[in-house]
Amino acid sequence: MFDWLANPNRFKKITNKLEPSLMAIALLFIIFGLYFSLFDSPKDYQQGDAVRIMYVHVPSAWLASFLYLSLAVSSIFYLVWKHPLADLISISIAPIGTLFSMLTLITGSLWGKPMWGTWWVWDARLTSMLILFFFYLGFILLHNAFERKVDGSKSASVLAIIGIINLPIIKFSVDWWHTLHQPSSILRFDGPSIDNQMLLPLFLMMIGFCLFSLYIIIVNVKTKLIEKKCEAILLKLNIKEFL
Amino acid sequence: MNPKYKRLLILFLILSILGLATKLVLMALKENIIYFYTPNELKKKYGNVKNIENKIRIGGLVLEDSVVINKNESIFEITDKKDNIKVFFKGQLPDLFREGQGIVAEGILKDNKLIANQVLAKHDENYMPPEVADALIKSGVWQGEKKK
Repeated sequence: MFDWLANPNRFKKITNKLEPSLMAIALLFIIFGLYFSLFDSPKDYQQGDAVRIMYVHVPSAWLASFLYLSLAVSSIFYLVWKHPLADLISISIAPIGTLFSMLTLITGSLWGKPMWGTWWVWDARLTSMLILFFFYLGFILLHNAFERKVDGSKSASVLAIIGIINLPIIKFSVDWWHTLHQPSSILRFDGPSIDNQMLLPLFLMMIGFCLFSLYIIIVNVKTKLIEKKCEAILLKLNIKEFL
Repeated sequence: MNPKYKRLLILFLILSILGLATKLVLMALKENIIYFYTPNELKKKYGNVKNIENKIRIGGLVLEDSVVINKNESIFEITDKKDNIKVFFKGQLPDLFREGQGIVAEGILKDNKLIANQVLAKHDENYMPPEVADALIKSGVWQGEKKK
């Protein structure tokens, strides 16, 4: 089944159809999401307008974690089944994950200053998120650090898999230890503790960010496929200086 | 054995060993990962020690009717509903500071009082519009955090 999915030609065929509409729908969700989060959602009873930072901060944080999980799973596929497309997918996910984890840290910091009274504290949640950011950076650096590309792909994949351990730590840090960061509001046993009017923009942004990431990943993978093809052609023609 | 499954098995083994190692490290470092102690935890940990030279952080709720704000110093008590600690703080209190609010104060313990050099507000995981909060408090469904 994986072979069926992992065939580059079939991948291109399917994604060519998906691509334009994907971007359009993603933009639609983000535009509506931003409208609702900035203009048409209530203030928080405690935080006032500052709560609107949540609509960027929370989806970014979720995506940063979710994208890391995808990156690690695709790294497992690469290491175990040795399919080259899996590696292309990993390295295509990495920059977006880096971006979203950076966005989480920055928006969190901007939110922390007015609400908590500080830009940054070394509590368990913030620190584990910073570590996630470093795992992304490490993956990209390691991927490009070797003369033989296969070595880079392999060692980066191993690093990505080790990083899985960080994910439950991020998720549960607020429950396991006393942190300055408040506990989870949405994924909790007794249902979300966010008002419905605030959940709407949050989910719109969430879906928008997801589709946007998917779009960028597809574009990245396609670019990498073309790059590979060019390399193969150059190799065949024995032109070394472009490689 | 199929080499694919062998690799998968090795991967699985390595991950579980790493997971276990991480779990042990985190357990050993628990004391350092905790961002603050509650007054009760501090009492349990230090017993009746009245002075702590190293910086510590104490978190809890601001005890109701304990806040005195003078010109250059604020005095209030942090409670975890079991024990209280009096806090002296010269500096600007965060916007969210109010009675009943969760806060974290950092400083040294002197004569069983915390001389704080930083006070941070901790907000809870409930998000709702002010009208909803008012209605919930009115109907008695939710205690809320006391407003100013």
